[in-house]
Amino acid sequence: MSDLRDLYQETILDHGRTPRNFRKLEAATHEADGDNPLCGDKIHLYLQLDGDKVSDISFDGAGCAISTASASLMTEALKGKTIEDAMALFERLHETLTGQGECDESVELGKLAVFEGVREYPLRVKCATLAWHTLRNAIEGGKNATPATTE
Amino acid sequence: MSKSGGQLAADQNTFTGFDAESVRADFPVLNQQVHGKPLVYLDSAASSQKPLHVINAVSRYYENDHSNVHRGVHSLSARATFAYERARGKAHVFLNSKNIREIIYVRGTTEAINLVAQTYGRANVGEGDEILISEMEHHSNIVPWQMLCEWTGAKLVVAPIDERGQLDMTAFAEKLSERTKIVGIVHVSNALGTVNPVAEITKMAHDAGAVVVVDGAQAAPHLRVDVQEIGCDFYAFSGHKAYAPTGIGILYGREELLEAMPPWQGGGEMILSVSFDSTTYNELPYKFEAGTPNIAGAIGLGEAIDYMGRFNHEALERHEHDLVAYGYDALATVPGLTIVGTAEGKVGVHSFTLDGIHAHDIGTILDNEGIAVRTGHHCAQPVMHHFGVPATARASFGIYNTRDDIDRLVEGLGQVRKLMG
Ligand SMILES: Cc1ncc(COP(=O)(O)O)c(C=O)c1O
Repeated sequence: MSDLRDLYQETILDHGRTPRNFRKLEAATHEADGDNPLCGDKIHLYLQLDGDKVSDISFDGAGCAISTASASLMTEALKGKTIEDAMALFERLHETLTGQGECDESVELGKLAVFEGVREYPLRVKCATLAWHTLRNAIEGGKNATPATTE
Repeated sequence: MSKSGGQLAADQNTFTGFDAESVRADFPVLNQQVHGKPLVYLDSAASSQKPLHVINAVSRYYENDHSNVHRGVHSLSARATFAYERARGKAHVFLNSKNIREIIYVRGTTEAINLVAQTYGRANVGEGDEILISEMEHHSNIVPWQMLCEWTGAKLVVAPIDERGQLDMTAFAEKLSERTKIVGIVHVSNALGTVNPVAEITKMAHDAGAVVVVDGAQAAPHLRVDVQEIGCDFYAFSGHKAYAPTGIGILYGREELLEAMPPWQGGGEMILSVSFDSTTYNELPYKFEAGTPNIAGAIGLGEAIDYMGRFNHEALERHEHDLVAYGYDALATVPGLTIVGTAEGKVGVHSFTLDGIHAHDIGTILDNEGIAVRTGHHCAQPVMHHFGVPATARASFGIYNTRDDIDRLVEGLGQVRKLMG
């Protein structure tokens, strides 16, 4: 079981069980659906932007421990950040998970480093990035964002 | 494995008169470790493993006999054609069709249903007509009919299932009408294991003037199928779920219907003569088999049918029913586990959920224990919707599974609980 613990770290299990910012956001300026049809993860992301700053962010839906924890930790990480910060963090995370892409190495993953173990489970990378793809669609699409899908 | 597990397996063999251990030896892929633990393969409903007989038949064919079929006078072409057509004969006997001309090679169940929708459907369904299916269909018996509805203006009507995952026959009868032109029904549900009364359904549909398309993808590996006894108009199955290679399957169609239907794809093989003014189509079954077919796949399918034919079918059915019954008891000991689909006499699968744990997490943790199950919606999203779950984990059985495998599954689910809490 030891290697599985790298995937299911305590922080992930905790956020998977009791996700933070798990609520509707009435004041959302941007929203998007995210869908991972392969395994049935579905989230809805709410984003309130003040200029290019994330003043509030939340989500609801149902998913596996990895995707739920990823969405939860994402909302925690992004409050108060700019869109630019958010996208840089996504790129950094994506690179960490897939070993692909070029990103600004100076960007600190912080708590998101708990997802490093997902790298060994290629089939689960989509779970860990679903919330982030959904975020990008929300930013680009406003209230009429196209749903993000991992397929 | 615990001692008691081993003894149970032995008991079971005497009980059912079916020697699963010797069967396992026929399937080389089963003899491996995954993440350091002996593989337990519980995903045969997605695709079964292949016995050596099939693997060897395919490689013997390529080593000795390969050439194109129906195209040459030379010896290799003659041998390939003979083997390919002999396999068709085996499928004809396997399904007990009236005539070998009713056996059409296709890529699998999906292609078979699309063929019927695009040929029979387009020629016989129009605006205001209805196509009746059930709520437990696989996407491959939903989407081709939705496409047909889009082309023709027909309407898709869905008969509901009950809380055990059985077809509501009263509602089905009510939804049948003179407007119903086609009934599409799954013989055995891949997500639930439910066995539908396809003969009765066929009779009802025929009385209403509709033709019946049976999706036999999960029935062919488990049940004795007799298309004349069922009385259906079309029957489809995939080789790869029934111990044969991928990329080959069978569409059975009643001869009168096939004769009257327009061809599907155009090209070589499906014609008798071609000129720029007119083309004469080939006779059955070649009219529906344009292009060079999956020859090795067909030969593998014939071999798989022979392989299955070696077993006493009653003993095999007893063995598979025992796995389902033993699975019910064993899974009932897992706290928080709910079985999705508890139809009377179901075959082949246990779909389940665990309180508070997503199926995808179950799948990853079980894999780490060497146990292969399928997780997700099983290409049956309406079924998931009916039961109000995003996904299930599904353990499905093949002839090589034993009670030991189910014991390992239950142990693995213990690990899932331990890790996820
Ligand atoms: C009930 C059922 N119908 C149809 C299919 C489609 O079969 P194939 O993918 O081989 O065409 C499957 C397989 O997933 C199935 O289980």
